[in-house]
Formats: sequence, C-alpha cells, structure tokens
Amino acid sequence: MPIVSGSGQTRNNHQLNKGVWTESGAPAEAPFNVIGKRVPLKDAYRKVTGEGVYADDMKFPGMLHCRILRATTPHAKIISIDTSRAEALPGVRAVVTGRDAENRFGVLPVSQDEVAMARDKVIYNGEPVAAVAADTEEIAAEAIWLIDVKYEPLQEFLKPRDSLKEVAPELQLHEKVEKKHPNTNIHKAVDQEFGDVEAAFKEAGAIVSAEFKFDGISHGFTEPHAVIAHWDADDRLQLYTPQQVPHYTHRALAKVLELPMHQIQVIRTMVGGGFGGKSDPFQHEMIAALLSMRTRRPVKVTMDREETFLTGRGRHPTEGKLAMAFSKDGKLLALDSDVIIDGGAYGSFGVVSAYYNGVLSNGPYRIPAFRYHGKRIYSNRIPSGAMRGHGSVNPRYCTETLVDMAAVELGIDPCELRMRNFLESNTLTPFHKFRITSNGIREGLAEAMKRSDWKNKWGKLPYGHGIGVGCAWYISGSALPIHWNKLPQSTVHLKIDLDGGIAVHSLAADIGQGSDTVLAQCVAEVLGVDMDRIHVKSTTTDTAPIDLGSYSSRVTFMAGNAARAAAEEIRHKLADAAARLTGQRGEYFDFVNEELVCRSKPDVRVGFMEALHEAQADVGALIASGSYQSPPLGSTFKGSNAGLSPSYSFSAFICELKVDLETGFVQPLKVWAAHDCGKALNPLSVEGQIEGSVHMGLGQALTEQLRYRNGQLLNANFLDYKIPTPFDTPEIEVIIVESHDPEGPFGAKECGEGALAPVIPAIGNAIYDAVGVRMFEVPMTPDRILKAIEKKQREGK
Amino acid sequence: MAKQLLKLKVNGRDFEVAVEPYHTLAQVLRNELNLTGTKVGCDMGTCGCCTVHIDGKAKLSCLTLALECQGTSVHTIESLNEYQMHPLQKAFAECGGSQCGYCTPGFIMKSAELLAKNPDPTREEIKAALAGNLCRCTGFMKIYDAVEQAASELRQKTSDKPFPVRS
Ligand code: FES
Ligand code: FES
Repeated sequence: MPIVSGSGQTRNNHQLNKGVWTESGAPAEAPFNVIGKRVPLKDAYRKVTGEGVYADDMKFPGMLHCRILRATTPHAKIISIDTSRAEALPGVRAVVTGRDAENRFGVLPVSQDEVAMARDKVIYNGEPVAAVAADTEEIAAEAIWLIDVKYEPLQEFLKPRDSLKEVAPELQLHEKVEKKHPNTNIHKAVDQEFGDVEAAFKEAGAIVSAEFKFDGISHGFTEPHAVIAHWDADDRLQLYTPQQVPHYTHRALAKVLELPMHQIQVIRTMVGGGFGGKSDPFQHEMIAALLSMRTRRPVKVTMDREETFLTGRGRHPTEGKLAMAFSKDGKLLALDSDVIIDGGAYGSFGVVSAYYNGVLSNGPYRIPAFRYHGKRIYSNRIPSGAMRGHGSVNPRYCTETLVDMAAVELGIDPCELRMRNFLESNTLTPFHKFRITSNGIREGLAEAMKRSDWKNKWGKLPYGHGIGVGCAWYISGSALPIHWNKLPQSTVHLKIDLDGGIAVHSLAADIGQGSDTVLAQCVAEVLGVDMDRIHVKSTTTDTAPIDLGSYSSRVTFMAGNAARAAAEEIRHKLADAAARLTGQRGEYFDFVNEELVCRSKPDVRVGFMEALHEAQADVGALIASGSYQSPPLGSTFKGSNAGLSPSYSFSAFICELKVDLETGFVQPLKVWAAHDCGKALNPLSVEGQIEGSVHMGLGQALTEQLRYRNGQLLNANFLDYKIPTPFDTPEIEVIIVESHDPEGPFGAKECGEGALAPVIPAIGNAIYDAVGVRMFEVPMTPDRILKAIEKKQREGK
Repeated sequence: MAKQLLKLKVNGRDFEVAVEPYHTLAQVLRNELNLTGTKVGCDMGTCGCCTVHIDGKAKLSCLTLALECQGTSVHTIESLNEYQMHPLQKAFAECGGSQCGYCTPGFIMKSAELLAKNPDPTREEIKAALAGNLCRCTGFMKIYDAVEQAASELRQKTSDKPFPVRS
C-alpha cells in the first residue's frame, strides 16, 4: 500500500493509461492526468481577490433589512406580543411573529419541531420571537426593541438529568418525545445490545471504565449567518443562502410557506465555513422569506456573531459512563456505554446523533460484544446538531482513553494494543454489518509511530512532556438518505456545447472544502481535458439536479461517483466520434492532454474539440446525467441503518505536548496525522482538510466550551469562546494513507471529518504520558488539569 | 445625529461620503463604496477578517470609526489585484491558504503589511504577525506556506517593480 507523504509527492506524469480501465475505457487506477494532482480550488482566485460573493455582500434594489427579536428567557409561556409600536416606527415595512407561520419544520422528517418564530412558548434564550423588515438596519434594530413581549416563566430544564424526569404535559418542551419514555423530555433513546456483554466482563483480564463529561462546542465558522429572500415579480421566491444543504432548505421552505417547491429557487451563495453549522433549514431563512412575501421586496438578514452562536447546532454536551473489557493478551472483548447527549431546544439532526454516539464506536476496533444506551434529551439550551465528525467525536474520546488505560493496566504499548484490535480490510463488523472495504489504519499508525519516534518517546519523556495516540474511523456519506425515496443520493448533469466548455451541474455545496474542484477533477480525468474547461454550476436549485448536499462527508464519494458516471457517458460519445473520424471502429481511445489517442495505434489521434464537434453533429450540445445510489448494506434490526456507509475512512494520530506544571497550560508540540482517505484526489485539499480538522479538534480538546449561566450563553463571541490561534497550533505533519477504495471515485473515501476525532484523545493520552493524570472532562482546560494533578498528588501521599 | 462628510482616499481614488458618526470603516467600505472584499466576521475586533490598511498600517476596520479616517488613504483587498494579481493572492490560492475564503482578505492584508516591513520573515515571525487573525478552516499551515512563497517571490521582484504596501 502506498503512503503519500504530507509534502504531497505524487508520481503522476502525463502518460498514456496503461492500467485498469472502467467500462468506458476511462482510467480506474493511476497513472492519472489530474487525479492526485495538487490543484488549487476552483474558486480560490475569487476568494483571494475579494471577488467571491457571500450572502451579506449582495445588494438588491429596494432591499429591506431585517432584525430578529430573540427570547430573553430560557423557558416561558408567551402571554402576549404587541408589535404596534414597532409597526408605527417610520421606515418599518413589516413585522412578523410566530402567528404568521404555523407549519413546523426540521431537517429530519421524524423531528419536525421547529417553527419560524416561537408561537406559544419560548424554549431557549435566544429563540426568534418576532422580526422586523425596515428601510435600514438601524431602523430595524430600533424597531425590535419596541416590540413588547410578555412572558410567564416556566420551569427550566438546564441540566440534562432534569430532562429525564417525568413532567406534566405543559412542561414537555415538544409534543413528540421518545415513545419508550412518555411524559419526559427525552427526544430519542437508543438501546442496543449484541453479543454476551456480561460474560465478556466476567472473563476479562482487564476492565477499564470511567465517567466522562463534554461541554458543548460551536462550529465557529467565520462568516456569520446571513440570508436574502426575494419574492419576485413572477411570484417566485428566490432565496440566497450560504447553505450546506440547499435541498433540505428548499423542502422546508415549501412546507412552511405552503408553496410548491418549483415556486421556490434556493441559490447557494459562497459559504464562509459550515462544519455542520449551516446544514439545517433555518428559522432566519423562513423569516426572510415571510417578510419578503409580505412586502414584495428583497429582505436581508445578517446576524451578528452573538446571534450566530445562539443559532447553535454545535456538538452536543455529553455525559457518559463507558466500560471496556479486554482479555489478558489484549483482545478487546466488550464495550458497554451509557450516554446522555443534550440536544438543546430542537430535534435538528438529533435522532441521528443519538444513534451515532453508540454505533460509531463499532470501529476502528473489532467489538465482539456491544451494549449501548443512549438518550438525547431536549433542554432549554441552544440547539445542538451536527458538527464535523457528527456523533462520533465525544464517544471516540471515551473509547480511546479507555483503550489507553487498558494498555497501561495490561503492560502493553498503547499502539501495539490498538494494532491487535483493528478491523481488517474487506470485512463486516459483527452486529451492524458495517461493510469495511479498504482499511489503511495499520499502515497509518505504523507510519505515525515511525515519524514521531514513538518507541523512543512513549513512557520515556521527562515529567511534564508526553506523547499520546488516538485512532478513529468515519463514514463516507450516510448510505441511507434522510428522506426515504427512490431518488439517487447524488445526480450530476454535464453539458458540452461547441465552445468546448464543460458545465457540471450539481447541488453538492462547495463550502470551502473544495467539492466543486473535486467534481471538476473527476470530469477532467475521464475526458482527459484541462481543468480550465470545466465550469461547476453548483448553486441553484432551478438548474442543478438534486444532491443531498455537504454533510456526513458524502460529497467526494457520492457526487464524485455521479460526476464520473456522467463524464463516462460523454466519453462514449466522443470515442464513437473519434472512431468515425479515424475509421478505427471498436477501438478504445485514451483521453489524454486534450486528445483522443487510439490505444493500439498511438499515432492515430483526434483533438478533443474535433471529436466534440463530430459528436455534436445532428444532436447539438452533448448532455449526460450520472447518479450515485449506495448499494444495499447492513443488517435488518430496527435502527440498523444508522452508521451505514458505502465506505469508511480511518485515521491514526500521535500528538506530542508539554504541560506547564505551574499553570496547567498545555502546549502541543507536534501532531502526526495519518489518515486513510482511499485515494487523495487532490492532496492539497486532503492536507487542508486534515490540518483544519486537527486545528478544530485541538480547540475542543483544550479551550473551546459553550458556557452558560441560568440558561444564558455566556461566551457568544470569539474573545471568550477560544479558538486556537497560530500560537496555540503546533506543526501538523499530515500522512496521507492511500488504501484505494473499490467503490469510491478513483479509489477515494472521505477526509473532511474523520480526521477530527483522533486529535482529542491523542492529546488526552499525551497529557497522561506527561503528568500521569487521566482527563475525563473535555475541554482539558488548565484549571481542570491542575485539579487533576493536585488530586493525584493528594492521593499519592 | 446628523451625517457628516468623510473625505478619504480608498484604493487610490478620492471619495466624499456622508456617513453616520457611529458607522465603522468596515460598514462604509462595504455598504457605501461596495468594496465587499473586506469581510466582517465578528464586528468586535476578534477575528481579523476586516483587516485593511490605513495609511499603510494594517487596521481592523470594524473597530475603526469611519470618521477617524478623515483625510487618510485606505487600501483594501481589492487594491492588490490591479493590473496583476499580488503574489500573496496567488500564493494563498496556490498553496491552499484559502478554503472557505472568508478570512482570506484579512489574512492577506495583514501579511502584506508584514512583508512590507520584513521581506524575509521566519515562521515564528509570520505566526506573530497573524496571531490576531482567525481561520477556522485551514489550521494555518498552508497560510504560512503561502506567506513564505509570496515573500520569496516578492524578494525576487524587488529589483524590477516591487509590490509595496501603498499608502
Ligand atoms: S470583523 Fe473586525 S475583527 Fe472581526
Ligand atoms: S479559509 Fe475559512 S476561515 Fe479561513
């Protein structure tokens, strides 16, 4: 298995393909033309010049500005809302409240529990209550303070355990709660048990267990939420929004506004970072639409940073008790976990989160006996949702810490213990039947150990200086779509006309991760043309075929395969045309450097444009459609769909750090990040995704936490919510492991999310190596570390 | 409060704009002058997205009242792409120093100030210069690469036509 270094040395030169071909004759394996090249992002030049257009950069004639009035209390009945004074303010064009939109929405069909604005009660401090559209932002801002809302406080649910209790119906935050636990605020409970867990713990040579606690964290994307709605003269709604999933917003708008979907066009603007935080259909999108329909004018909402924090959807605050059993020789026997995740005010992606917090612990190790009790609760805190590494990050910290504890107890090197338990390639997990195709985790860990000089460091560094390891896996797209229907999960359309430009239509959202570029590469590779020919049109629902968007690390795998399939259809047509022109019938043509080259007679060549024009005879523009649908996978028990993916990425990280014994401050020195992404279609982007994941994981590990007092978020700004600065970020050495997935496009798997989870336990385990304390609370802030050190010293005496 | 007349030079062109005394430079650049390359990520001095040059010095335009800029010369990200793309812009694109791109104009303007003062910065000096800029996407590594690549290109260029931080 090849390992490509972080410096991105790949061995691709322009040569005829002498490898494995797909049915159309396109290369399935290297050597490639553009696959595997370090390609700058398609839209990079627009970004570096400031030409790129984000939602707040847009202006329309007659545009109104909207401000949103938000709840100032975590849980209360709304007794009355008086908007008359606001409406009377000169310059105010419209005021809307919850009364103006009855229909509930939400990203999951099973949790339709959001309203555009609170109706009878508010359920978190910051929930939208009313909104104003006015000639200027200042007038709108003044007007919302003229709206008089009378509240009657209700009992607040601010501690997860309170939400487990039985309550009177009016204290249920949402009508629909978990069937198994009626009259509570439990949103979803998942209970799974497979194999003989009790027996495994009985016969174990080592049992490790601990209670863990995680604060909530926020995506912290740099672009605040913004949206523009325009109910135009044709009675159509145009919604300009930085969405990761324009399709779900499209559906939700239709439901809330009671319009047919075709009367709405969702237009994705440039997205200034998402990380899961722009993947729900949002209240502000509904609000802007309502106001625009009311006024027939374009309406813009731009949130400030505090509102962006309050809109939430970050990683769930989590509490859990986990235990693992190992045999004497270090075989993992069982995992038992019991977890509560705090979903905050809404359902959001929470049903999925409730499953993922358990089932995604069935890798990267083989777990022969598995028990999971997970509860996602509603509370009066800001809504939690999907954030990079959705549902897998916190439980991963727990299991990786326990594996490390077991290694110490069994006297086995932690890396070695992991090696003994990794899943193999081409296997199924025992119960959920997650299908592992390619798996490069062993090679990754071995390489990280070598480069970090693990053998000479672990357990051998001076006090206060340590090294630790963490491993993980993640899905390359969820195999089961949120909306159950027969449509493909990704569809890509291609159009080539006589100008030779290739338009790629897709609704996969480029959110900075480079999905446009990957789609362009897939098409350019199959057609053997320069990247400059490819124009990716991935913004508007009128022209783009449905794609389920940018979440669950699905785009490269699914949309990439769809793009490739569409390009192969065109390739057939061009090859036929070349055959006609050259009289070489029944021959394969290689598509290289803008030429079609006869495979058996390389001096017979046709230029790309010549072949194109021949192929266009009588039909005009060449068009093709390609799509991707996951194969049937998995087991048959209820809930077995969660966690299924056509492919999984694997990662093995090692971190070296120092702990200041006086302050408890952690200085990470270096991270070696080995990630198996199948095939790195664009190593530059793969490295960028991994480095970004490491940085984000570092933040959750050490400094980031959403802090509350009486249900109010205390640190809704970048001063008090601490994201690592350049000084806090160590050198990151990316090790790309290429395991060549059999079904991914050109062998690729995901790389945007899986690389976050291993950072946090690698740091926790390195802290143990440095100062001998286990950190069971994340983030591992200096005060928590000092406390742990002091406790250890007290107990040592 | 009445609007007041602000006279300033932006990207080499003279402007006279009526601004509210409480408007920030960022607001005036974006809303009045349509220079939307300058981004506002926090509006409180904590992210660096809004960095521009005022009389050659990198400043946070969200923390600068527009009227403070009376008679000054302001340069924004748009000024770096006149006639040809600035080496920093090219390098940020080529090295992967920009993912979602929202932080990028701020990083480039801050880096431009650094390179004007220090044409051959070490990685530690680059980190120190950029410590006030937040990037949530890249983990900074490729941003450092970009600054280094641009620095070396600029050093080779100084003989012919340099790219100064114009004031
Ligand atoms: S917008 Fe000025 S520092 Fe964030
Ligand atoms: S590129 Fe997205 S914040 Fe820096």
